[in-house]
Amino acid sequence: MNRLNNINKINRNTQEYFSRFRIPSGCAVFGVVNESGERFSGQMVMDGISVMHERSNGLGGGFAAYGIYPGFEDDWVFHVFYDDMETKRQTEDEIARNFKILFGEEIPTVKISQIVNPPVIYRYFLKSKRNGDAFETEEDSIMDFVMHVNRDIRGAYIVSSGKNMGIFKGVGFPEDIGRFFKLDQYKGHLWTSHGRFPTNSVGWWGGAHPFGLLNWSVVHNGEISSFGTNKRFVSRFGYECTLSTDTEVITYLLDLLVRKQKIDIELVHLILASPLWEDIERMPVKERDILKALRILYGSALLNGPFSIIAGSSDFMYALNDRIKLRPLVAARKDRYLFISSEEAPIRRICASPDHLWHPDGGEPVIGIVRKKEIKKEIKSVRKIQDNKKFTKLVNTEMISLNKSRGDLNGSGIKAI
Amino acid sequence: MALELKQSEFEIERDKNKCISCEVCVRQCSNDVHEYDSDQDTLYSDNSKCVGCRRCETLCPTGALKIRNREDQFKTNYNWTSSHLSNIYRQADSGGVLLTGMGSDRAHTVYWDHILFNAAQVTNPSIDPLREPMEIRTFIGRKPERLDFEINRNKDSKESLKDTNIKLKTKVPPQLDLSTPIMFSAMSYGSVSLNVCKSLAAAASEFGTYYNTGEGGLHKDLYGYAKNTIVQVASGRYGVDVDYLNKGAAVEIKIGQGAKPGIGGHLPGEKVTGDISNTRMIPEGTDAISPAPHHDIYSIEDLAQLIYALKEATNWLKPVGVKVSAVHNIAPIASGIVRAGADFVTIDGLRGGTGAAPQIIRDNVGIPIELAIASVDERLREEGIRYRSSIIAAGSIRSSADVIKAIALGADAVYIGTAALVAIGCHLCQKCYTGKCNWGIATQDPYLTKRLNPEIGTRKLLNLLRGWSLEIKEMLGGAGINAIESLKSNREHLRGINLNDRELAVLGIKHAGEAW
Ligand code: SF4
Ligand code: SF4
Repeated sequence: MNRLNNINKINRNTQEYFSRFRIPSGCAVFGVVNESGERFSGQMVMDGISVMHERSNGLGGGFAAYGIYPGFEDDWVFHVFYDDMETKRQTEDEIARNFKILFGEEIPTVKISQIVNPPVIYRYFLKSKRNGDAFETEEDSIMDFVMHVNRDIRGAYIVSSGKNMGIFKGVGFPEDIGRFFKLDQYKGHLWTSHGRFPTNSVGWWGGAHPFGLLNWSVVHNGEISSFGTNKRFVSRFGYECTLSTDTEVITYLLDLLVRKQKIDIELVHLILASPLWEDIERMPVKERDILKALRILYGSALLNGPFSIIAGSSDFMYALNDRIKLRPLVAARKDRYLFISSEEAPIRRICASPDHLWHPDGGEPVIGIVRKKEIKKEIKSVRKIQDNKKFTKLVNTEMISLNKSRGDLNGSGIKAI
Repeated sequence: MALELKQSEFEIERDKNKCISCEVCVRQCSNDVHEYDSDQDTLYSDNSKCVGCRRCETLCPTGALKIRNREDQFKTNYNWTSSHLSNIYRQADSGGVLLTGMGSDRAHTVYWDHILFNAAQVTNPSIDPLREPMEIRTFIGRKPERLDFEINRNKDSKESLKDTNIKLKTKVPPQLDLSTPIMFSAMSYGSVSLNVCKSLAAAASEFGTYYNTGEGGLHKDLYGYAKNTIVQVASGRYGVDVDYLNKGAAVEIKIGQGAKPGIGGHLPGEKVTGDISNTRMIPEGTDAISPAPHHDIYSIEDLAQLIYALKEATNWLKPVGVKVSAVHNIAPIASGIVRAGADFVTIDGLRGGTGAAPQIIRDNVGIPIELAIASVDERLREEGIRYRSSIIAAGSIRSSADVIKAIALGADAVYIGTAALVAIGCHLCQKCYTGKCNWGIATQDPYLTKRLNPEIGTRKLLNLLRGWSLEIKEMLGGAGINAIESLKSNREHLRGINLNDRELAVLGIKHAGEAW
């Protein structure tokens, strides 16, 4: 059989392929955040990433968007890829057992010639009813559930699992993926995007980036030569790398350091791209002791090799280069907007004259922080304008008629709103 | 009764045309192989006494001497090899345990030679260590699970961390700070000469790494190197008192040694002379016998007590580690040691060296260090306690490539013993237990020990450390890594060659040709 016939389908074999092999890839990354929490359309990001067309090869593109579901700001939302209706039913049973499903629907898409053979793509808005006793926090129980589905259910893959955010990705050029998911119709305060240039010929929808876990989304350009060390480091804390991708292990490192170990995001670069010993030794005593301690303890969390990453979370965007800057990364600010990109051109395309444009040094983080208060304010104002009973308007998408799938939802005991 | 053929292992060829009868060989050979017959003005050699140390060959000014191995001692037999036959003859004569020195020379699989390291191409640039920083500094000691900071900052304020007051709340336990992940293994004063100890100590201190005293106490001439000394506490407790413990940067409890797992040590009374008797704190002329077990450690909780006693004695200022030999059950043993509170675990493999050991034990007991590191690292990670202790690998690390591979398999650093001795002249004749080392290393005979000048010894050892460190940097850079910590347990960078599935599984590596 010609493998190409099948390359765009999520299926067990492809997923296995992705978990067995580490596939290095070159990439384009692009992200925008409005630090005032004002929301803007995904079109801006699609325009940006499309400029870097030749940095990807059509085998993977994707977007992470924050602030897109203000009507469900406190609820978990899962974006899920299914092979077929059978895996969908199986997964929905699992979801229904563990969560109260507030709403579920097929994610609206538009047929375009560039995107072929997409999987069945759904989203669910959920409240956890998992017994919290077994887990330290609700987040841990969600993480456990997501890892369970992705590992154990054949042909189902949870792509994102945060709150008021979602990941849209697939096999194709990023700008086409954006059109496919109608991202121009979503509004968010923080967007990241990714175009992939993998060194293999197999495309798998689940293997595209961003990689997501809880509120995290990570896009990344590079190859982590410390992968084995990092993977073993996070595994001690219960993070199991199932996809063998760098992005996955970076996401787990961030979750571990920032969410679980509560290390301030402004200190994280001192771990992931720690300063050189010769620089540490030249610092004043107090700083030196802190840096030394960080490096001694978290040596196995150091990301080595070339990389530029953009991580998104509900209230900040975080970009970082490897410590000797072996991959490109450009940042710019305009008013309350922060742009981060692999190249300068996309920034100029969106914003011809930024207030400030710079090339961050290796190991120097760029952080765009949206104050939580301001996100809340924005959510409130959206609510005021729109009729908050009508979910469709709140997610800024047209609802498409999904009678057949609703039948499925009802059949599995899930109530569609 | 001379029933057996007393074969000599070596054949000495003297080129009469070159020999000038200078008698250098006569003076150099402590085994009295060479003899000068003044009547005939000729030199004779007794092949049967030669141990093959090549001292005479090296020093002969005219190059008249050649020492050749005799492969054909007996009729070729793959089962009853020459060594089995000569051993039986020797034992039939003596009725004793056969002793030997240095590490096993049997043809056990050397896994290092079946492991290949990686390099970066295209998708990941390699890094040139001559132009870019390349970090191999290593820390040995217990690491806390996480670091907590106290940050005085209003959560909502915009001020950056730079201007705020950060305090580290977690206390980081004491660490050994190595400029290269290589240390000198335990070699006691007594088993080697003081000049060897001086060379090791001075080189470790100048290079920024550590040497280990072994179980023979600490000679006062070495006090100046305290900052780079790991003091050992073994079953005989020779030379151990509170001052000794506090003279070191770390303490190592020696439970076992790769060359003789389960066996104690024996320094014969005739070697316990003035200085050694002082250093070991035992009367002159008494045998120094290290019992096989520590008689206060009959189980793991006893070990925990000793670890904490030593931590108390050193005011919790020094890492306390435990050295064991690599045996079949090494993974759970190491796990127990970590749980007992050890800050580092030294694992000494099957091929590890020794001053004296029963040959039968050395060649048949224990497992290779490669397999031991891989399984210990794996087990400690499965149990979530790997961070608590550092792992030091020992037992025949022969080159910088072995160091790189050991670290990628899961070690934090390595100990070198034999390699260090070779650097200062050892020719691996394996006769260390005779006390007649012609290279002035494994001997206390002043006539022989003065052959090793500690300043030259230091320089050679420094060169070795420098050379290996440079090679490690080259290999790291080639693999696109610029800090040694990113190599630790990074088995993705290793591939096996000519290994079966079981061996690959234990090593946790793929076979050459298999991609990520
Ligand atoms: S024992 Fe050493 S010095 Fe003596 S003859 Fe043999 S090789 Fe030469
Ligand atoms: S230390 Fe001396 S006796 Fe021992 S093997 Fe080396 S050269 Fe021979």
